[in-house]
Amino acid sequence: MPGNGKLKLGLYWAASCGGCEIAVVELREKLLIVDQVADIVFWPCATDFKYKDVEAYPDGYMDVCLFNGAIRTSENEHLAHLLRKKSKVLVAFGSCAYEGCIPGLANLFDRESIFRRVYLESESADNPNKVVPQTAYHMPEGEIEIPKFYNTVKTLGQVTDVDYFLPGCPPQDPQIWAVIEAIVSGNLPPKGSVVGANEKTVCDECKHVREEKKIKKFYRYHEIIADSTRCLFDQGIICAGPATRGGCGALCTKVDIPCRGCYGPPPNVVDQGASLLAAVASVVDADTEEEARRIVSEIPDPIGTFYRFSLPASLLHRARR
Amino acid sequence: MSNNGKFEPRIVAFLCNWCTYTAADTAGVSRMKQPPNVDIIRVMCTGRIDPVFVLKAFAEGADGVIISGCHPPGDCHYTNGNYKTFRRMPLVEMLLQQYGIEPGRFHWGWISGAEAPKWAELTREFTEQVRKLGPLNWKKQFASKED
Amino acid sequence: MAKITITIDGKPIQTEEGQTILEVCRKNNIYIPTLCYHPVLEPYGACRLCTVEVTRHGWPSLHTACTHPAWDGLVVRTNTAEVRAVRKTLMELFLSRTPNVPLIQEMAAEYGVTEPSYPVEDPNEKCILCGLCVRVCNDMVKAHVLNFSSRGVDRKVGPPFMEKTRECIGCGACTIVCPTGAIEIVLQKNAIYAAKPLGPTAAIYVPSLQAVPRVPVIDTDSCIRFRQRDRSNGEIEDACGACQMLCEANAIDFTQQDEILELNVGAIVVATGFQMWDSTKLSQYSYGKSPNIITALEFERLSNAAGPTGGQILTADGVKPERVAIIHCVGSRDKNPNAHEYCSRICCMYSLKQAHLVRDKTHAEVYEFYMDMRAFGKGYEEFYERVQEEGVVMVRGRGAEVQVLPSGKLRVTGEDANLGKLVAVDVDMVVLSSAIEPPADAQKIAQLFGLSRTPDGWFAEAHPKLKPVETNTDGVFLAGAAQGPKDVPDTVAHAGAAASMAVALLNRGEVTISPQVAVVDEKFCSACKTCLNICPYAAISFIVEDNVARVNEALCKGCGTCVATCPAGAITGKHFTDDQIMAQIEGLFRVPELVEA
Ligand SMILES: Cc1cc2nc3c(=O)[nH]c(=O)nc-3n(C[C@H](O)[C@H](O)[C@H](O)COP(=O)(O)OP(=O)(O)OC[C@H]3O[C@@H](n4cnc5c(N)ncnc54)[C@H](O)[C@@H]3O)c2cc1C
Ligand code: SF4
Ligand code: SF4
Ligand code: FES
Ligand code: FES
Repeated sequence: MPGNGKLKLGLYWAASCGGCEIAVVELREKLLIVDQVADIVFWPCATDFKYKDVEAYPDGYMDVCLFNGAIRTSENEHLAHLLRKKSKVLVAFGSCAYEGCIPGLANLFDRESIFRRVYLESESADNPNKVVPQTAYHMPEGEIEIPKFYNTVKTLGQVTDVDYFLPGCPPQDPQIWAVIEAIVSGNLPPKGSVVGANEKTVCDECKHVREEKKIKKFYRYHEIIADSTRCLFDQGIICAGPATRGGCGALCTKVDIPCRGCYGPPPNVVDQGASLLAAVASVVDADTEEEARRIVSEIPDPIGTFYRFSLPASLLHRARR
Repeated sequence: MSNNGKFEPRIVAFLCNWCTYTAADTAGVSRMKQPPNVDIIRVMCTGRIDPVFVLKAFAEGADGVIISGCHPPGDCHYTNGNYKTFRRMPLVEMLLQQYGIEPGRFHWGWISGAEAPKWAELTREFTEQVRKLGPLNWKKQFASKED
Repeated sequence: MAKITITIDGKPIQTEEGQTILEVCRKNNIYIPTLCYHPVLEPYGACRLCTVEVTRHGWPSLHTACTHPAWDGLVVRTNTAEVRAVRKTLMELFLSRTPNVPLIQEMAAEYGVTEPSYPVEDPNEKCILCGLCVRVCNDMVKAHVLNFSSRGVDRKVGPPFMEKTRECIGCGACTIVCPTGAIEIVLQKNAIYAAKPLGPTAAIYVPSLQAVPRVPVIDTDSCIRFRQRDRSNGEIEDACGACQMLCEANAIDFTQQDEILELNVGAIVVATGFQMWDSTKLSQYSYGKSPNIITALEFERLSNAAGPTGGQILTADGVKPERVAIIHCVGSRDKNPNAHEYCSRICCMYSLKQAHLVRDKTHAEVYEFYMDMRAFGKGYEEFYERVQEEGVVMVRGRGAEVQVLPSGKLRVTGEDANLGKLVAVDVDMVVLSSAIEPPADAQKIAQLFGLSRTPDGWFAEAHPKLKPVETNTDGVFLAGAAQGPKDVPDTVAHAGAAASMAVALLNRGEVTISPQVAVVDEKFCSACKTCLNICPYAAISFIVEDNVARVNEALCKGCGTCVATCPAGAITGKHFTDDQIMAQIEGLFRVPELVEA
């Protein structure tokens, strides 16, 4: 550990909502402890470091970089490579960096259709000249380069080498703290591990009483008043808990909201959506194909339901273009 | 896969050991005409077919996927593994559709051990159907650095 | 019951109390003529033909044996001059009443009475007023249809006011007990034969001569007792019961109910055999258009000694046929979608047997239309030779058509390939060697036992050469024609093998299970319980103490359905793991690169 013996810590926010930044701030008084053990050398959200400052650091200068957000633009990707080079440990922090998360659902579309919808067709758009983002723009001062908006959202791990993955949308503060402690103590798990989460699924932490499953009808959450003692899945509400890594403390189901799956797939599952889909469909109580078809056809938006947080990280990554 | 520049579809078939695999075996032993485009992966029962296998096959480069097992209601060697299949596959169809994969690239159904000719016919017809749809080449969807 | 001794015709007889003299005589083979007696009915003493001399307290006198109790010390003489004289007088009276009833004529003749001794009122009279019918109808059937009316010379038997009555259940009991044939049931013969092609049976019967165990069963639809109970909504509980009264072994139990037995067994042999293909499916053979066009199975029944004709081979008109044609391969070896492509295998040989039977029993000319003769077994070719020597005319070629001629004769046409000519013969009887096929419910049975079927529909053995009686379901074996057409020797051999396999399995006392089972990795099982309802064998149970699901490896058959279901990826299907299958998929698409490299 260099100089003052403090860690050199960087934080970066790529394509994400900012919730992960808030989650760090949510450490509250513990932030003061962070300050005791670490020097923050890059945190655009809270401190005034420039990219050029980072570029000037020697390679591997930062001990740890917590990178949140997916790779939506060429700028995101550029920073991913840069921070990789400048950090000893690169952590994909939060669901966006880990698996694409909500921004990743844009993978159902491509650049052109997104631009069209957002800049031209949306109800609030006032764009008579039909301007859409360009990668270069001529200013009086000269030509400026604007980051390219990619067709496909990627995860951090898909563009660069990542040391650890910290899931959650956002990661929960006790988990963040546990990871920081582990880093400070140097007690690190093998590279590539998912940290700050459990090996079992959300069900393991869930208070709802589960029974054998047999589902005749699926309900969207607003269509039914859920019995707050019984498993939501058993009641026909699609809950991603069974196919989602625990660690969050079953926050959502605690208040009878079905799990959406933000902690990503459990350790042995390659494709969270397929796994949840298999479980959901297998317990449909149908004795004929027609009946099964009728019951499952009530599930709206399968990708949005089963891959809400993991589309870019899934086997197929995106819808076909 | 190309053969003298001509598109040759690659098809992965997941077959249950007791019905369609037997039919495929009989079709082979009986020298029934089948295109070489279909590669078979044997599982004990269609109930074993995790939807992830279908996605994996497409992700790896398959142009079409077949799932086939024992006729419901009661032909399944394990009583009702095929029930789980007919509960899962309609949802898989919905999913594939949303992924933009044409329905014609995914076939699931039933062929009993006694229906070798039906298997041979399915491989012929399905191969032609996928050939018409052209290459899927899923890896290309994601490979380009620029995008 | 107390023992008594009575002396009959000078012979002391030890017997039990509570019988009539007639009963004791019958048991001891001492002949006493009777007319109004029937063992299942209360004695009535109407005909008095059973009159015997009984010595009570030293005084001989005449009594009817059917009503007189057998007491200890009684002395009975059954055939004294006086007794014979009484019987003779009775027979004179009977013969004068019913001069044309054969039974009465015979019995009268025994007493030297050959002509009516008194004026004959009605030469067609048959009723001797013995009252058997009245008693059976009232006491046994409890239908209360028949009774006596009027008195003296006007006394007669019939329903109230001699009118037709709905109370008659048509059981026919009266016709059976009537000694003189005075009552007849007008049988709707055609209707009966349509309902029961091989003829009516008694309400209590042995299902077949070969039945195991060979015990009779009661057809509750025909049995008077059950019919009366049903008709009266249970009020008439004890009608008839004749079989129960007569069964010395006391084996009849009317309270028995059909039972569904659930047995726990260690092995099952499926031996459900075959059914006859429906011969109307090929209309050119005109099956159903003449009673003289029959299937080989019907012929078997016809020529069976226990069959409707007592084994005589007769046409529907009850005469011996002069010419018979036997047509092979009807519905077999035929690409017509209504028929079967396979060879039914047994028909050639049984057809030869039937040809032999026809020659032997009727000396009729026999024409066999065959495509080629498949005399495949030991001694079969020799039998074929023998049948040829018996003069059976062999026509090599498929019988093409059977026509019913206006005369009722049957014209069979076909090609004689050996002569290269069309031939036609007019015959009295055509036997169709119709195909055999899997029973109609074979698919249900297949599903019940998890069996597969070969394309022809027979149950599939596990391996055509090495596992001819095993199936793909452990512990389930095949025997006989269920697996494919077989004659009796082959069936017996096959069944013997199946039985040995089953016994071998049971004797081993332990079973080997396949290693491809599912296991739950408890580190990852999160107790979501998704898998619990999935397993068809209920092999997965939830262990509450450990809060995990667990697979019972002895119950697991390794289908892998739970593996594909567990959303936590906690279940591994040994030998078909996710990793293995994913690697296979990857492998498929790596191969070309390898070749290129
Ligand atoms: C017309 C004719 C003549 C023949 N003559 C000869 C001959 O002379 N010599 C010779 O060697 N062979 C002869 N055969 C062949 C012989 O009949 C068969 O080889 C033999 O009957 C086969 O015996 P099996 O026990 O396998 O089947 P089957 O005799 O068909 O017996 C099957 C039994 O299973 C019962 N069953 C069916 N389904 C069920 C169920 N779901 N549950 C319970 N029970 C069920 C049936 O009622 C039947 O009793 C002849 C066949 C025919 C058709
Ligand atoms: S489905 Fe998987 S996680 Fe759920 S109870 Fe069964 S083994 Fe455990
Ligand atoms: S593999 Fe099949 S048989 Fe075995 S436990 Fe799983 S569901 Fe049951
Ligand atoms: S064994 Fe074929 S579908 Fe189950
Ligand atoms: S038999 Fe005894 S009276 Fe008729």
